[in-house]
Amino acid sequence: MNIVVCVKQIPDPAAPQSFDASNNLNRAGKLILDEADTYGVEMALQLVDKAGGGEVTVVSMGSGADVAGLRNALAMGATKAVIVSDESLRGSDALSTAKVLAAVIARQPFDLVLAATESSDGYTGTTPVQLAELLGLPSITFAKAVSIEGTTLKVSRQTEAGYDEVTAPLPALVTVTAGVVEPRYASFKGIMAAKSKPLEVLSVSDLGLDGQVGAVGAREAIVAVETAETRQAGEKYVDEGDGAQKVVAFLEAIKVL
Amino acid sequence: MALSTLWVLAEPSNGSFTTTSLELLTHARSLATDVVAITWGDGGQLGAVAGEYGASTLYDVGDLAGALPGVPVAAAIQALCESGAPDALLIPTSYDGRDVAGRLSARLDRPVLTNVTGISDEGGLVTEHPVFGGSLTVKAKFTGPGPGIVVVRAKSFVAEPSGAWPATVVAAPAGDTGATASAVIATSHVEERTGPKLEEATVVVSGGRGLGEAGAYAMIEEVAKLLNGAAGASRAIVDAGWVPYSHQVGQTGKTVKPLVYLACGISGATQHMVGMKGSKNIVAINKDADAPIFQIADLGIVGDVHKVLPALIDALKARS
Repeated sequence: MNIVVCVKQIPDPAAPQSFDASNNLNRAGKLILDEADTYGVEMALQLVDKAGGGEVTVVSMGSGADVAGLRNALAMGATKAVIVSDESLRGSDALSTAKVLAAVIARQPFDLVLAATESSDGYTGTTPVQLAELLGLPSITFAKAVSIEGTTLKVSRQTEAGYDEVTAPLPALVTVTAGVVEPRYASFKGIMAAKSKPLEVLSVSDLGLDGQVGAVGAREAIVAVETAETRQAGEKYVDEGDGAQKVVAFLEAIKVL
Repeated sequence: MALSTLWVLAEPSNGSFTTTSLELLTHARSLATDVVAITWGDGGQLGAVAGEYGASTLYDVGDLAGALPGVPVAAAIQALCESGAPDALLIPTSYDGRDVAGRLSARLDRPVLTNVTGISDEGGLVTEHPVFGGSLTVKAKFTGPGPGIVVVRAKSFVAEPSGAWPATVVAAPAGDTGATASAVIATSHVEERTGPKLEEATVVVSGGRGLGEAGAYAMIEEVAKLLNGAAGASRAIVDAGWVPYSHQVGQTGKTVKPLVYLACGISGATQHMVGMKGSKNIVAINKDADAPIFQIADLGIVGDVHKVLPALIDALKARS
């Protein structure tokens, strides 16, 4: 069982976000593995374990030289990592990202591709399905449980009303929701081992995608960035045992009660 | 100059289209000369509804034989585009809507703009996207030839019928989709739900990490029930597995705009705020006086939810 996990290195979500001069998200600071991706890595490790062996390959792309997030995935237990790192990828849209990831993933045989439902910085949420289409794979998004029986994939997929049990033949692509599994913490042994695991860095040229991806390939443009209307803070009280009564009085005033 | 044609993905749901689909049809007819809807499954019966909300034509992809809609519906739309593409295709932000958008984008080699909360015509289609928790609005447009694909958040517009004639229903089969369409639904499970739906409730009571542990969410459900409202949650406690994803309010969850939103033990991460800051009134209860949620709350109670909520439950019970 060989599983590819798509991951993204993002600016720390706890830090304030800003745009750079080209209205791209400012990625000047340290990048970390998107927490949303740790679920896919954990799911892959468990599925390979259940299948009795195989490789977990993490793939990523970015415009900078950071690899700390990938080392984190390797420390969790992934076998190897590949990142397409190229300054020309700055300003890539979701479709360009999918094209780059597809070119990397297609280089070797695989049974399953996993990704998060969306990244925690851009929230676009379309890259995995675009990737599935480019690779000619069936896809099941919003997985809350994943299992494999033989060559059949079984997924509980979140719906408005509850969930669907969906099946697909392998190879396939699945996006997992947070909470599908409990991601393990990297052990000290894992962190040490990760330092010597294969981590391949590729350029856009290596993939033969020059001039097709990055800002050149994006067919959308920002027209303006405006300050949105803000709400004003109202009254604030420290609860002295009367907090609930204040809430009731407020609900009465707006005629909910 | 108005846009000439907009297509809207009209998702079938319980004998009608989803509310977001109707919102998009309503807004599309204010922007374009001609509005066309695309549906599948039971949606093919809904020519009258599509027409009432502004569509001249309803393309029906038909029965999907259990396949997830993403691939067959995108394939059908791609085929329709070959005999004349629209200025743009508007798609509701939903599980299936996002699948259709991604598949179609790769098939047409055209970009997708997501998390859209406004669409206007400024000599061409311009989309609005809230970023950084809604503190900034990014306006964007498509460039190059071919239709734009726009994925729009719920409640960005208000659905209003136009009273127009039924739309002409035209079959639009998917054709051969090969291996990509081999994901099929074996069984569907409906989770029991009591009270109003989260997106439609007048009152929404949400809980966050401040509840401390999963069991404390019962207080949120009780307050919601007593106020005839719906119970919501922050991403933090959904990720922690305390409540199902369907309860999540925020950027990655549902957008709600109730008459009043009670945020209990929620600090107000930007990811949460963007899903609820359109509420008419906001009440926040949180231990941390500096929590960002207080900056947008009409009434803020700095206190422990484990003390305030039981007192609130008692007070509400005493009234009923």
